[in-house]
Amino acid sequence: MANLTHLTIAQALAGLKKKDFTAVELVEAHIKAAEAARHLNCFITETFDAARAQAKEADARYQKGNPLPLDGIPIAMKDLFCTEGVQTTAASAILKGFKPPYESTVSAQMKRDGTITIGKANLDEFAMGSSNTTSAYGNVINPWKAKGSNKDLVPGGSSGGSAAAVAARISMGATGTDTGGSIRQPAAFCGITGIKPTYGRCSRWGIVAFASSLDQAGPFGKTNEDCALLLRSMAGWDPKDSTSVNKPVPDYAATLNKGVKGLRVGVPKEYRIDGTSPEILALWDKGVQMMKDAGAEIVDVSLPHTKYALHAYYVVAPAECSSNLARYDGVRYGQRVEGDNLIDTYEKTRQQGFGKEVKRRILIGTYVLSAGYYDAYYNKARRVRKLIWNDFIEAYKKCDVLLTPCAPTPAFAIGENTQDPITMYLNDVFTIPASMAGMPGMSVPVGLSSDGLPLGLQLLGRPFEEETLFQAAQALEKAANFTAVPQNIVGKAA
Amino acid sequence: MSNALLKGNTGDWEMVIGLEVHAQVLTKSKLFSGASADFGGAPNAQVSPVDAGMPGMLPVINKECVSKAVRTGLGLNATINNVSIFERKNYFYPDLPQGYQISQYQHPIVGNGEIEIDLPDGTVKKIGIERLHLEQDAGKSLHDQHPQKSYVDLNRSGNPLMEIVSKPDMRTAEEAGAYVTKLRAIVRYLGTCDGNMDEGSMRCDVNVSVRKPGDPLGTRCEIKNVNSVRFVQQAIEYEARRQIELIEGGGKITQETRLFDTKNGTTRSMRSKEDAHDYRYFPDPDLLPLTVDNAFIENIRKTMPELPDAKKKRFVETFGLSAYDAGVLVSEKERAEYFEIAAKGHDPKLAANWVITELLGALNKAEKELKDSPVSAEALGELVGLISNNTISGRIAKEVFAEMFGTGKNPGDIVKDRGLQQVTDTGAIEKLVAEVVRDNADKVAEYKGGKDKLFGFFVGQVLKKSGGKANPGMVNDLLKKKLEE
Amino acid sequence: MSIDKNTVGKIARLARIKVSEEEKEVLSGQLSSILKMIEELNAVNTDGVEPLTSVVQMQMYEREDKVTDGAIPDKILTNAPEQTAGFFVVPKVVE
Ligand SMILES: [Mg+2]
Ligand SMILES: [Zn+2]
Repeated sequence: MANLTHLTIAQALAGLKKKDFTAVELVEAHIKAAEAARHLNCFITETFDAARAQAKEADARYQKGNPLPLDGIPIAMKDLFCTEGVQTTAASAILKGFKPPYESTVSAQMKRDGTITIGKANLDEFAMGSSNTTSAYGNVINPWKAKGSNKDLVPGGSSGGSAAAVAARISMGATGTDTGGSIRQPAAFCGITGIKPTYGRCSRWGIVAFASSLDQAGPFGKTNEDCALLLRSMAGWDPKDSTSVNKPVPDYAATLNKGVKGLRVGVPKEYRIDGTSPEILALWDKGVQMMKDAGAEIVDVSLPHTKYALHAYYVVAPAECSSNLARYDGVRYGQRVEGDNLIDTYEKTRQQGFGKEVKRRILIGTYVLSAGYYDAYYNKARRVRKLIWNDFIEAYKKCDVLLTPCAPTPAFAIGENTQDPITMYLNDVFTIPASMAGMPGMSVPVGLSSDGLPLGLQLLGRPFEEETLFQAAQALEKAANFTAVPQNIVGKAA
Repeated sequence: MSNALLKGNTGDWEMVIGLEVHAQVLTKSKLFSGASADFGGAPNAQVSPVDAGMPGMLPVINKECVSKAVRTGLGLNATINNVSIFERKNYFYPDLPQGYQISQYQHPIVGNGEIEIDLPDGTVKKIGIERLHLEQDAGKSLHDQHPQKSYVDLNRSGNPLMEIVSKPDMRTAEEAGAYVTKLRAIVRYLGTCDGNMDEGSMRCDVNVSVRKPGDPLGTRCEIKNVNSVRFVQQAIEYEARRQIELIEGGGKITQETRLFDTKNGTTRSMRSKEDAHDYRYFPDPDLLPLTVDNAFIENIRKTMPELPDAKKKRFVETFGLSAYDAGVLVSEKERAEYFEIAAKGHDPKLAANWVITELLGALNKAEKELKDSPVSAEALGELVGLISNNTISGRIAKEVFAEMFGTGKNPGDIVKDRGLQQVTDTGAIEKLVAEVVRDNADKVAEYKGGKDKLFGFFVGQVLKKSGGKANPGMVNDLLKKKLEE
Repeated sequence: MSIDKNTVGKIARLARIKVSEEEKEVLSGQLSSILKMIEELNAVNTDGVEPLTSVVQMQMYEREDKVTDGAIPDKILTNAPEQTAGFFVVPKVVE
């Protein structure tokens, strides 16, 4: 029997259908891997028992010959997705013990298609962070190590637990959410593929909100094809989310190998940002060449307001978060810290329930919305956001997809970049512009740094043209032939 | 109006009054969730996870609220905005589960409008409408259940409200009362709000300031959540007096929110000033702009009912009613409908009289609503018909009406069963007249001697002998004839 | 502009988060540097540009007026830190 944890989802589905192995075996192998990798701290809550029971049901369906589209595939669910009766924390102390009486649309759709959640994945608290070091449930450790070093590295954030789980082969796929880069950057840091679809593609209903106008769910997979399979299950219009868009969901996996002949790949000059690792710039050039070799046409484009996307993001996202997080007051759910009176109770509950980064963002958001500053900061940022959106619309007149670096550096050590919040914010400099414009984007592993850490490139596409993005990513994946896996993982492939 | 000014020690003062009325949109479900919007219910039994502000929950607008807001806007003769924006009003309170209220701020669904109010002296005044916007209601906190705790019930949380803001066009408490009364009538005619002030379906925030006539506007105070027309008027009277006394005593009005105490008719300051409010409004990113196109608006316009003012005009012009009577009849939609049924095929002025004086009087005495009236509109119409065609006299009609009201029987049956038909047989009346003249020879002599007012006495005697059934006109004529013999 | 300790206190109060004096000191520095970064936006000419709220360009979906939810008081209250007789319970609110 093949090493089950190293299969792709596509391979596993084929194997299950051929009865090479059972869903119980598949799930059990991943649970075993998860148990062996507990030091990575990928999960806040393990759901092994439920997973085992569901695996049996999946096998029954395989026996009867009517399996669901993703039947028996073990996944990790970012602990930002509300799961009925299962603790959902958003990695915050304030939600410790919270068991939602409802299931998020995305997780419900995946369940409908047969995926099996083996754990609620760790993340940055309320998805605020780029290193998964702000979780109230401890840091997530990247399964990769730099050559010759035993230092623990960050998996990226905020979907760090999800990305690390897939990279460490303890789940075959995972859900993430991306507000400013929280799927793409951890995918790059962990050497896997991740896609943030177009804003409005997946329902936000039941996902703990960070910044409503930016939050978007998406999958992680070992391969581009796995992401295509998972996204098809996650995506779709939801009448319970007023910002979700009523458009049919294509069978993304069916057109993956369409090729990129004639595809116009834009290379935006503004993404050559100071402070970017030369290795990454070199990898970018290599990626451009790969696309060219695969038959794509390379076009120079300009996204003039790129530089300001980060600044505008740090107005818009905190503003929305300051309001979205007002509901955590210890009245109806979550942890309450009793005070001398009601206001004191509110203030202590939120002082002790929220971590430092969350509080910083709530405060800056409160400030930019407050009387007298609204126009100078919040409206200014929304105007700049419009310009960023215009930039993309203009660029997409000249090209079909954009190719850029994904993160300015490879994964860094835990504890680095934490002295000054702004240094940490710079991690998202390449991913934020597309977030601000609502454009789909993905991260594809393309190479290794000189010290053996994975590096990813980012592909960005037109709204609701994820199909094109998958086709471009397929070409890049094929050319890059990225086969490296983290060093010390359980059941390493032969 | 002449009584508009208040006397102070330093001269006359003028009140300036504006109202913000919260009217709950008549719907089955809430503004942004599918939970029931009904009044009452066990605590927290009409709450969805959306209304409880649970993590990840999102608002989805109720179509009916949009069309009813537009309908109300049209009823207020107001501009309907094709695009409006929901914003978040951020503040912390235990009955505000999301930590913000979804409301419309800079871009409401309805803009400027105007309605007419009817004043007791029969005059009409136009009051400007500033805007109407849609927003969520908050839940309810109970503070009197426990010495150290407040209890929170979220049933009301998320209920759909229309906030209707007037221009500061009112100058007396009566005008404010008439405004609320008219607004209530309009939304009830439109079927967009049930107008039940007892259940809180309509609540008023009253803005009051005072100034010397001709001066610029003074600083206003807002009295929150006043829930009856009478209390609105009391609150204004008290608040204006308070402000005048304060200013005349050398004090200064500070803009603040006040509460009306129904027990003693006073207002008191509600929020401490040090905790200044900063609501940090911004467009709700969970929602998109609300768009209503012209075709949608025109479709609603086509279904608009005849509103009180138009109805009043028609009652005056086509039925010849006085403006006052017409005003009383149209003030409630059900009342106007009742009247129109009662008047159908009958003398409308007589019908109006009977509805206003007898029916409303009897209902009032019995503490009954028109909808529970034991006398149907058709039956009252029949009674009016019996008077008009001389089957019964007005006096007998009152007796018949009393029985109708008591038993629900119809007037024809009562008249027949009790033999109350009016006597119009000349011979029979002549006979009664003759008897009265014969039995009162002394009075007849006095009458003939010049004591004219005894004529009434003779009429009374004849009617009495007839058991009230003799036609009074005929009695008059025949008596006159007999006495002049 | 910078955010001094006093302002930190004010916005923390608005946000209902207790902050100690030392925290105010640290936050004042951090928030000021974030604000300084944000203020680089002033270099962008946004004259005549409409503020963008949502990237979704469509008519908002409106649901039918039907009762489809609620009547689940137990589920609504199940996570409450304190409850009595179907009510959420909080320290007394004083107006
Ligand atoms: Mg108001
Ligand atoms: Zn209001």
